Amino acid sequence: MAKPPAGPSRRGGNLPPLSLHVPEPQSRPGDAVDYSHLAISRAGEQPRPDELCEPTETHPLCLDLIRVLDDEHHAVGPWDPQLDPETLRRMLRVMALTRAFDDRMFRGQRQGKTSFYMKCTGEEATSIALAFALADDDMVFPSYRQQGILLARGCSMIEMINQIYSNRADRLKGRQLPIMYSARDYNFFTISGNLATQCPQAVGWAMASAIKGDSRIATCYVGEGSSSEGDFHAAMTFAAVYNAPVIINLVNNQYAISSFSGFAGSERTTFAARAAGYGIAGLRVDGNDALAVYAAAQWAANRARANHGPTLIEHFTYRAEGHSTSDDPGVYRSAREREEWPLGDPIMRLKRHLIALGEWSVEQHEVMDREVADQVRTANKEAEKNGTLGHGLHHPFHTMFEDVYADIPWHLEEQAEQAMRERRIKWPDWEE
Amino acid sequence: MSTEEGPVSLRDAPTRRLGMIEAINEALALMLERDPDVVIFGEDVGYFGGVFRATAGLQERFGKNRVFDTPINECGIIGIAVGMGAYGLRPVPEIQFADYIYPGFDQLASEAARLRYRSAGEFIAPMTVRAPYGGGIFGGQTHSQSPEAIFTHVAGLKTVIPSTPHDAKGLLIAAIEDDDPVIFFEPKRIYNGPFDGYYDRPARAWASHPDSEVPEGYYSIPLGKARIVREGEAMTVLAYGAMVHVAEAVLAEKGVDAEIIDLRTLVPLDIEAVEKSVQKTGHCLVIHEATRTSGFGGELVALVQERCFYSLEAPIERVTGFDTPYPHSLEWAYFPGPVRIGEAVDRLLGTG
Repeated sequence: MAKPPAGPSRRGGNLPPLSLHVPEPQSRPGDAVDYSHLAISRAGEQPRPDELCEPTETHPLCLDLIRVLDDEHHAVGPWDPQLDPETLRRMLRVMALTRAFDDRMFRGQRQGKTSFYMKCTGEEATSIALAFALADDDMVFPSYRQQGILLARGCSMIEMINQIYSNRADRLKGRQLPIMYSARDYNFFTISGNLATQCPQAVGWAMASAIKGDSRIATCYVGEGSSSEGDFHAAMTFAAVYNAPVIINLVNNQYAISSFSGFAGSERTTFAARAAGYGIAGLRVDGNDALAVYAAAQWAANRARANHGPTLIEHFTYRAEGHSTSDDPGVYRSAREREEWPLGDPIMRLKRHLIALGEWSVEQHEVMDREVADQVRTANKEAEKNGTLGHGLHHPFHTMFEDVYADIPWHLEEQAEQAMRERRIKWPDWEE
Repeated sequence: MSTEEGPVSLRDAPTRRLGMIEAINEALALMLERDPDVVIFGEDVGYFGGVFRATAGLQERFGKNRVFDTPINECGIIGIAVGMGAYGLRPVPEIQFADYIYPGFDQLASEAARLRYRSAGEFIAPMTVRAPYGGGIFGGQTHSQSPEAIFTHVAGLKTVIPSTPHDAKGLLIAAIEDDDPVIFFEPKRIYNGPFDGYYDRPARAWASHPDSEVPEGYYSIPLGKARIVREGEAMTVLAYGAMVHVAEAVLAEKGVDAEIIDLRTLVPLDIEAVEKSVQKTGHCLVIHEATRTSGFGGELVALVQERCFYSLEAPIERVTGFDTPYPHSLEWAYFPGPVRIGEAVDRLLGTG
């Protein structure tokens, strides 16, 4: 190591020693939970600026929290999107279906039917309410917890399960980790697994739409953890520079696997506040309030469609379950966090709102829960006929070498022949 | 791929003498003209026309929607190209120097290269990433690198390197028309004229070189097809980019009847041309400017050894840059020029 330059202030001076700050969450396993540091705004009190306003008008909202559903389960304030009860019931149903789907698939993984699964429990509103606010042909660049959008857009659960089981009917030919869907027919981009890469891609798609004089907009999702990636900041810069018609959803579910949001910068300011630095519109929304999410998404979509550019939306929510089937949150966070989360559960809140409106009942909800569970069970049975991971019924062997390029080059043909030879030795009874 | 116009041969199309930059500019203009989905962007490529002038005049002619400047962010440049490709455009981003491509590497290696595979063909990345590469211009360690091997190691990418104005135009058109992501590295030492490796001799202009005759209009050179620069019996030289010209000059000066192959595309490689030549000559010399360890030369040596071992009459020779960063003041000590190539030729033929 090089010698430090000599100087009176280097060592032994009277300056205090520097110290490194390593963020520490408020609670760990077994601890009591104290959420008093969270500034939870009262529902209905946040102003709703005009959709075509200057970006700076939105910036106070980046330090606030847009909320519509109050403690009595009424929709209040200027952000109330005034949806009709039928739309609310449809939204509730997709959220319940998503939760039932997650539960079934999680169990499927535990039963050895696949290698991996990721739930979105507690975060359903952040994707599903947005899907209701956007047009079905607006392009979604998901991170990996937006299965609710596929279900909201009517994607077949059987197809989704085929992908999760990597079976012979998997349209992705068994190549992708479970839940890394791709659904061009539902305007749902192929999920990467590399984090935040989808952000500049969504901006590029939005720029293309603007170049072509189209009317469709793009939206992407990124977690608060992966918003530390350079790709997120590249996306924000390009979105700002070209005033791209894109909605960047930053889902702040408090956790990046085991690392609390402090490691992404939450001790300093909100994630929505980053919008101000880039000079674009920003909103910070109660992500467990489906009406608030809908209203924010609709605001941003209308703005983008009117050529007024991008919006960053921070969805403030809580990851109620582990990161994935490979994770056990019990070893790094207090179990009481979920129970005491001050913004509740998105499905419960929408349910109580509908009941408060006189448009729903506990009995109807129970019937609905049974129906969606049945739907999932039926779809799962159907999908299992096509096989589960590691139990035969895969795609034809040669597909491993297809789609690397449009045409198969000589070196891949040679490698495919090698693989076929190995197959005859390793699995002599293989049938295709 | 468009087939409405067949390739034009040098024999019957009107030609002009162009430099490599002009040929690239012409290919870009032609593709902007032919395909409304082609868009071009990068740092300084718009109004200014690029630091090497490759995009000069294109914004004026095709408008800011088709040709525009970008923020200095290679991750963003490649990232938006992936998204544009998903929309249905055919982006041709420029990275100002190959040395600056690394912030965009994840978007290339993990995204563009694998979109088709991971989505089973639902989404593709039909982009061509242009970047000047290579040394010999006193560019120091950040304007001289040859990072091609890093990209040939990524399944799903194609890597193309032209060595003449004629090839630059035809290969670039083919790359843009290709539905797979193509890394198009342009040897900047020979942008304005062929370079024989003798840095202390007067520079030549392209006008004196036969391959500066560039046909007017559309033609494409298929990716994956090498060019026999010179037929010969004594040895096979595998090279690409600026080193093609250096090899030609050195071997001519040594009076060796070498068969010189310009690979043009590294992936997919024209293995047939390589095999055929080595089987004929029994000797093989591999040349590149890039650093030695894990360079593309290593791959070429392995392939020749695997496939032509019983034709070989001497160990394969490999001439490369050194495994150091590209030094500024000692550029010509680093460059794999006539002395290094000459020694390898002597070893190979036992004439040293």
